[in-house]
Amino acid sequence: MKQFIVRRVGYSLLSLFLLSVTIFLFVRVTGDPTTLLVEPGASPEDIENMRHQFGLDQPLWVQYWLFATSFVTGDLGQSFYYRTPVLELYFQRLPNSLQLAAVAMVLSLLIGIPSGILAAVRVGGFWDSAGKTFSLLGLSLPQFWVGLVLILFFSVYLGWLPSSGSGGILHLLMPAFTLGWYFAAAHMRLTRSSMLEVLDSEYVKLARLKGLPEALVIGKHALKNALIPVITLAGINLVVMINVAVVVETVFAWPGIGRLLYEGITFRDFPVVQCVVVLGGSMIIVVNLLVDILYAYIDPRIRLES
Amino acid sequence: MTVTTTPLAAAAASPAARTLKLWRLEGFPLIPVLILLLIAFVAVFADFLAPYDPQIGSLARRFRPPAWEAGGSMAHLLGTDHVGRDVLSRLIFGARVSMVVGLTAVLVAGGIGTLLGILSGYLGGWVDQVIMRVTDAWLALPALTFAIFLAAIVGPSELNIIVILGGVYWTRYARVVRGEVLSLKQREFVRLAVVAGCSKWLIMRRHILPNVLNSAIVLATLMLGVVIVTEASLSFLGVGVPPPKPAWGLMMADGKKGLMVGYWWLTVFPGICIMLMVLSANLLGDWLRVKLDPQLRQL
Repeated sequence: MKQFIVRRVGYSLLSLFLLSVTIFLFVRVTGDPTTLLVEPGASPEDIENMRHQFGLDQPLWVQYWLFATSFVTGDLGQSFYYRTPVLELYFQRLPNSLQLAAVAMVLSLLIGIPSGILAAVRVGGFWDSAGKTFSLLGLSLPQFWVGLVLILFFSVYLGWLPSSGSGGILHLLMPAFTLGWYFAAAHMRLTRSSMLEVLDSEYVKLARLKGLPEALVIGKHALKNALIPVITLAGINLVVMINVAVVVETVFAWPGIGRLLYEGITFRDFPVVQCVVVLGGSMIIVVNLLVDILYAYIDPRIRLES
Repeated sequence: MTVTTTPLAAAAASPAARTLKLWRLEGFPLIPVLILLLIAFVAVFADFLAPYDPQIGSLARRFRPPAWEAGGSMAHLLGTDHVGRDVLSRLIFGARVSMVVGLTAVLVAGGIGTLLGILSGYLGGWVDQVIMRVTDAWLALPALTFAIFLAAIVGPSELNIIVILGGVYWTRYARVVRGEVLSLKQREFVRLAVVAGCSKWLIMRRHILPNVLNSAIVLATLMLGVVIVTEASLSFLGVGVPPPKPAWGLMMADGKKGLMVGYWWLTVFPGICIMLMVLSANLLGDWLRVKLDPQLRQL
């Protein structure tokens, strides 16, 4: 187990390293980074100053070292627009993103799990094809399209829900549903396939042979095991949701991390963009690491296999 | 005797006949294919089909509603936008942008991914390690976030978007193709080619590549929808196709401002176009996946 954890942590560190190299190279190779890092309208002396300050006259690997160490020490630069450290901005917005992701996750599980079970129990029936259509739509419709249609219907036409901003639970409903639909489709598909697998297993057949009512077989015996992969996926997806909400947060003007990224783009505030991307990637690598270790802990076959 | 010969005869049917039978199988997504063909047709002949110039409007005719609404006229069938440009003409030229960006980006991603996947799977060793570790690292970033980051660096243009989308999505191809190559490597015909003295490059080109093309094509069809949504999202966020060009995502971003005052046609029509194109690509991809490649059914 120890060996497995060591190796897995090593892989994650390698991934983090490669990610930072990628980002570093993209920033440096695609042009003079000072054009991205200085404020628009800076004088030539300022640019020269900046170049010296960032060590751009040094060899490439020295530059990478400076870049990497500044990240490790938590110095991600300063926002041009807000004139505060980028990390501070990030943590100001994080709670909003968490809130949105949490509500979206609850919605996606409330929709995804029951419809996945229904589809598995009635394979090939009406609920199965309805579920398939629902998940196909969820995975194909662009989020900004879903969001704008919701605004058109619930805010413009019916006037029930606020179209943008943050505040009470009413502000959260539409963005959370828009974000959650895509993931509801994924959760539904996984619940269905995992439920089908479990329903085919010996212990479920035994439960049926014993004469247990079907509702009990499905709701108690089968569901418990079928939900394990779904819960795992949901755990990973919660972190993914925090980091991919940029379109939803833009459409509904929700002040989360995604909105911060969007502002970073529109105000040409490059340190902000870089910060959101680096932290997002790191967060996802760490979650994948935790899930792998947890799985290896639960299931010895995984750690012996590798 | 006749009873036993019938299945034999069926099994011995020529490959051509088998292919023909395959294509005739039920479930062929006729409507999605027709929609895709229609969009492709519109994209190719946009210059002849569009009634107006998509980039020039007249301020005197701004915010005209569609023809069937009160105040609309047949001159602008689907209305006009905030600077008086004809919505229908912009949709028609937008089809060209979506098709060109979507198809070329999928080709770029497929080309890089297939090449690296074959190299990684066939050569193994440190080549495999390097390619797969980079793939893992790149997959950690959500595709849209990664694309936004790249677009923020290189700036928006149609060519840049194609390169960015190709650069973001090749990792998925590399994964799938590598897996296929690993199993192909163990097959008799590849081993025989090695014994016959073929060079590594020849084996990869002549024996491995043709056998992974099937999966690559299926993946490309499925990817088309994803790429189009990403392009539209980038354009919607303002880092995709730059403004005067008529891209569907951009039209929705412009139309969003008019949504609260009731100019619904500016967002609804481009939205329907994106939706139809992506749904069609996904339905076709799903069908191809089941028909051509049983191994990918679990994907």
